[in-house]
Amino acid sequence: MRVETRESAGVTELPLVIELTILVLAAFLGFEVVSKVPTMLHTPLMSGANFIHGIVVVGAILVLGTAADTFTKVAGFAAMVLATANVVGGWFVTDRMLAMFKRRPEPKQKGPAE
Amino acid sequence: MISDPDVVGLLYLVTIVCFIVALRFLSSPRHARKGNWVGGAGMLVAIGTTLLLEGLGNWALIAVAGVIGTAVGVVGARNVRMTAMPQMVAIFNGVGGGAAALVAQAEWHNAVGPVWDETVSIVLSALIGSISFAGSVVAFAKLQELVSGRPIVFPAQNVVNVLVLVGAGGLGAAAVAGVEEQWVLVALVGLALLFGVMFVLPIGGADMPVVISLLNAFTGLAASATGFVLDSTVLIVSGMLVGAAGTLLTLLMAKAMNRSVANVLFGAFGQVQTVAGGVRADDGRSVRATTPDDVAVQLSFARKVIVVPGYGMAVAQAQHDVRQLADVLEERGVDVKYAIHPVAGRMPGHMNVLLAEANVPYTQLSEMDEVNPEFPQTDVALVIGANDVTNPAARSDPASPIYGMPILDVDKSASIVVLKRSMNPGFAGIDNELYLDPKTTMLFGDAKESVLKLISAVKAS
Repeated sequence: MRVETRESAGVTELPLVIELTILVLAAFLGFEVVSKVPTMLHTPLMSGANFIHGIVVVGAILVLGTAADTFTKVAGFAAMVLATANVVGGWFVTDRMLAMFKRRPEPKQKGPAE
Repeated sequence: MISDPDVVGLLYLVTIVCFIVALRFLSSPRHARKGNWVGGAGMLVAIGTTLLLEGLGNWALIAVAGVIGTAVGVVGARNVRMTAMPQMVAIFNGVGGGAAALVAQAEWHNAVGPVWDETVSIVLSALIGSISFAGSVVAFAKLQELVSGRPIVFPAQNVVNVLVLVGAGGLGAAAVAGVEEQWVLVALVGLALLFGVMFVLPIGGADMPVVISLLNAFTGLAASATGFVLDSTVLIVSGMLVGAAGTLLTLLMAKAMNRSVANVLFGAFGQVQTVAGGVRADDGRSVRATTPDDVAVQLSFARKVIVVPGYGMAVAQAQHDVRQLADVLEERGVDVKYAIHPVAGRMPGHMNVLLAEANVPYTQLSEMDEVNPEFPQTDVALVIGANDVTNPAARSDPASPIYGMPILDVDKSASIVVLKRSMNPGFAGIDNELYLDPKTTMLFGDAKESVLKLISAVKAS
């Protein structure tokens, strides 16, 4: 839809079958990769996955960037706010968690306690 | 400005590779953080590429929305406590789903004679995104205890839910059949939101790990559907990766509770519980209370202690003190381990994060299957704020709502000490047989205070 705008914006329409093929392959790849994540890291996995679905921000930018009427602008603006919060928050919180996983206790713990 | 579609496609491919590498690196805690940075870089490439596409405008709106979203995200992520991580994940799920639904609305609004497959994608994106948004908000409210964590049920609930979903599906079918009115999609979103709320309300707090994983998958699928609408491979692939991750975690969580996903979602936990027997206090057995000094002696002269942490420990913010207690005991030559049940805490792997925050090295944490054979050789099992995951009724009482759920076999150790605030039942709302076991003693009080008392008593003994 609005093919002209989007194509000028560097988006090519793909045949449905190709898109479905990509989808199915991504599903198998996702299962494969995620099944290797240990239980210990399942919470960071969830928030990391949260961050990844923030990619919907790309859709929000396209909608808001090509919006011509008020309805689209409002919807696009709201989508942009939500998606950005998703991306930024998801990434930061994942980073915060992963920074805490350590193999050994902090060295300072050894010193003072006898 | 980038106008060559091939260049655009290649840049988005870079993003896809980054995301896959990010997930791949999560297979070990050593590389996991690096992986997240790679994923972040991938996201920046995608956003940068999109902003540089030709024909975009409304820059002021984009900038303002971006700034607001960034501020909200940073403040939320910086300030959230690790105990509140499930709520945080739920709300980020929600906003992602909401964004997908809004993009679908806008696309529907601007669609000129859409082909059927575009309409199907728009409908799916709006439907799944809205369910995810509303469901996540309710899950957030439940976990944040803004509404009761208990299942909220009303008569013929499943029938009403099915009717609402059928209504939404009908509107979707009408849209595909050619009713190109905005109200169709608005009404569809309304029904989907209603469904999202009613679908999560009857699910009890203890089942939230399953629900959050499922909603995670939903948002991923909604993003993927948005990718079909916008002909964007990066959205299709990334969304599906999340969809797969969420689905896998949902199945794993349900398995850890020995229940089917359908039973979790439509079983309304609370109904079984009225049939189940509570702690039968009238059969002559009773709970034995103990003192910190007694427990300290028990612990100091033990060879092997297994700590079983639960959400109660996290609520009391006692994880740092628990680690200290373990350190003191280890200095006395006691072998200390942590036993982590897969559903300990309120989301998959939550307890690992909480203990990591307290600087417990992840090499000391043992998963259920690995630690269960060790309980018979254990002198003291120290249960801190864990309840349902230690309940032997899961093995022995077919009437119990948690019957069949794999548990930590703490009752097989030589003695059990339970740190507990009071005799209130756990999050699942069921009583625990373990507390009546003659080997069990109870140390009542706030977990943090109890552990602090234990530390000083062990040091003194």
